[in-house]
Amino acid sequence: MKKNQNMNKFWRVGEPMVWLSGAALAMTLLSALVLLVVVMVNGLGVFWPSAVHKLELKDGSLLAGSLIRTEKTADASALRHQYKIANRDLYGLDFRWIDVADIVASTTPAELLVLERMEYGDFYGQLKALNTANQKSQAPTLEALRQALAQVTASKEALSELDERLQDLNYASEGLRLQLLKLDYEPQTADDAQRRRLGDEKQIIDREFVELVQLQTRRLAEIRKQTATFADLGGQKKDIVLADIVQAYAPNTMTLTDKLIFYAGKLYELVAGEPRESNTEGGLFPAIFGTVMLIFVMSLFSFPLGVIAAVYLREYAKEGLLVRIVRIAVNNLAGIPSIVYGIFGLGFFVYGIGSGIDQLFFPERLPTPTFGTGGLLWASLTLALLTVPVVIVATEEALGAIPREMREGSYALGSTKFQTLVRVLLPMASPGILTGLILAMARAAGEVAPLMITGVVKLAPALPLDGNFPYLHLERKFMHLGFHIYDIGFQSPNVEAAKPMVYVTALLLVLIVLLMSSVAIRLRNRMKKRYTFGTF
Amino acid sequence: MSPVIENPLIKVEDLRFYYGDSRALHGIDLDFPEKQVTALIGPSGCGKSTLLRCFNRMNDLVDGSRVEGQVLLDGENIYAKSTDVIELRRKVGMVFQKSNPFPKSIYENVIYGLRIAGEKNKTLLDERVELSLKGAALWDEVKDRLHESALGMSGGQMQRLCIARAIAVNPKVILMDEPCSALDPKSTARVEELIGELRENFTIIIVTHNMQQAARVSDLTAFLYEGNLVEFGRTEKLFVKPAQKQTEDYITGRFG
Repeated sequence: MKKNQNMNKFWRVGEPMVWLSGAALAMTLLSALVLLVVVMVNGLGVFWPSAVHKLELKDGSLLAGSLIRTEKTADASALRHQYKIANRDLYGLDFRWIDVADIVASTTPAELLVLERMEYGDFYGQLKALNTANQKSQAPTLEALRQALAQVTASKEALSELDERLQDLNYASEGLRLQLLKLDYEPQTADDAQRRRLGDEKQIIDREFVELVQLQTRRLAEIRKQTATFADLGGQKKDIVLADIVQAYAPNTMTLTDKLIFYAGKLYELVAGEPRESNTEGGLFPAIFGTVMLIFVMSLFSFPLGVIAAVYLREYAKEGLLVRIVRIAVNNLAGIPSIVYGIFGLGFFVYGIGSGIDQLFFPERLPTPTFGTGGLLWASLTLALLTVPVVIVATEEALGAIPREMREGSYALGSTKFQTLVRVLLPMASPGILTGLILAMARAAGEVAPLMITGVVKLAPALPLDGNFPYLHLERKFMHLGFHIYDIGFQSPNVEAAKPMVYVTALLLVLIVLLMSSVAIRLRNRMKKRYTFGTF
Repeated sequence: MSPVIENPLIKVEDLRFYYGDSRALHGIDLDFPEKQVTALIGPSGCGKSTLLRCFNRMNDLVDGSRVEGQVLLDGENIYAKSTDVIELRRKVGMVFQKSNPFPKSIYENVIYGLRIAGEKNKTLLDERVELSLKGAALWDEVKDRLHESALGMSGGQMQRLCIARAIAVNPKVILMDEPCSALDPKSTARVEELIGELRENFTIIIVTHNMQQAARVSDLTAFLYEGNLVEFGRTEKLFVKPAQKQTEDYITGRFG
């Protein structure tokens, strides 16, 4: 009897509901946390210079490798290790599974070097000889190699200035070529003097360009003469051009501080460097830049459009069948698969508007498209369409949540609808509107599918923002972290080697979304403080 | 029955008001004298708030509402086609049941009406702020924090700020829709005192549920019931010796 009463009370108070909601919250938090942890565990260890082992196998062969993971053999009686053995150019693959039983001895000798190369991934082995202009030595030290590398890097940097100059010249020459073409298209306005002047200018630039290219080739050949000889533990020798070595280090002799410095350097390279080796090595700067730029341009379109549309729907449109249909349509827009938006963007923006712009303004460049092909502008517009419903719904909600007294108070003082909107309603709705923008930005940052057909590329030759007039090149193709993940994770020739980079890129993408959202959230909280009633 | 009012500022003639198909006011005739306080009393749903909101055309905001008859302000029908609603609302200010300061500074709240009218003269604005806040008996409390947010004030202060905001545009009439119903007794007393001072310069029409309050602050009282005007007269007479049985029942608390 007593127990029954207790049970009754238990149900009446709603205890199970409280537990259920608590559990649901815990589940969501947990899944978010697990996601972050998995990505971090797999991503953050990538750049840590782990020890390289010298392995003596049963069959008498010697091998250098760093331990990646261990698992049980099929019958669960023994273990096997996966080692990264690098030297793709010598062995053909980077990774190898070795049964523990096959390993006779495993040591970490100090002389084992790791070379980060521009091509073929890492090299594990020993330094045998240096062959540079001012130094020819057998059995040189790591220090000597580093010095030689530093010299090579310095001369490469000098070359990169040349490279920039070449790019500028190329850009200028291309501009002149297009101007000349344009003159051909408009024979009535073309006068010969102008044509001659442009032609002369182009000739001068082209001549300088050719000279510089020759100079560059000569210099490069000189730099590439400096090589060093390495050997893997099996004794296979390999001459490596110093210019192809990014850095050389001996992980087995590094102290913790050394490793930390090394790690920091790699992180810096990741966010500030250019990608190498079909994106599986090097930095992600162009992809980071492309992602941020895309979200920014997208916000520029979707934010004003969404807010203005919502203001019309909520404040001006007369409630009726039409408005109801519009509202349903807006809500449904948010549910359309993003790839459909991509196809729409391709058909409408790229082929429709883009080709139209080309025919009107850049006829001389055809058949090479300018705007008639995927680019940052079209990708941003496509994403803006995708996210505009989010902004509309949030803005409508925010406007609807403002108490009627606020509007009436403003009208009663003789203000017009527009004045009320601008001076009272929009400021009061701003926290809600910003919430919408945050959601829109987060959604846009995560989209990949529509971008793939509206302007994202694996490797963009130039950033959409640079020093050449008109500085902002919205027609250019760009790189994107999300696409980067897909590309290196599933499309790269060496998936196993690219795997760490997939995690790192994913982590970076999450961090960027987090960063942008927290900036917006800070802004929203400031607005909230200013424009809402405190409890009293 | 009704007292004769010489030169009424507002003259209501056969005013009928409809929310969609249902009629809320059934032909009201009422005159409001200048620079006096008139209270509108009656049970909930009797149409007193609707009537009040007819005077500054606040009911225009209600979808499907319709007005017949006339309201004359200074002899001009405010429901005429030529009436500029913006201009009208500058002449007829309003204070609401729930205080509704804008999320701006105290200063900006007071001059809101002037700002939207395009007034830019800083000296004049400063003067008007001081004058209005003094008029609303708020100056001493807030003069040191004029540029702080109005949302940090107490409930009573907010309501007085709303009064200051209403008088800053120098209206002829101030409509008050149960201005004290959300306030504690002390704040209520302050606002009532304020109404007494304001009557020297403004014509005030106040809707109230509280009959003691009507008796305390008003010169004239109109009793409405189910959309009809039952009785209108000098407050002391209406409360002491009502002419209608209905009025007597209401003010003695027999119904409503």
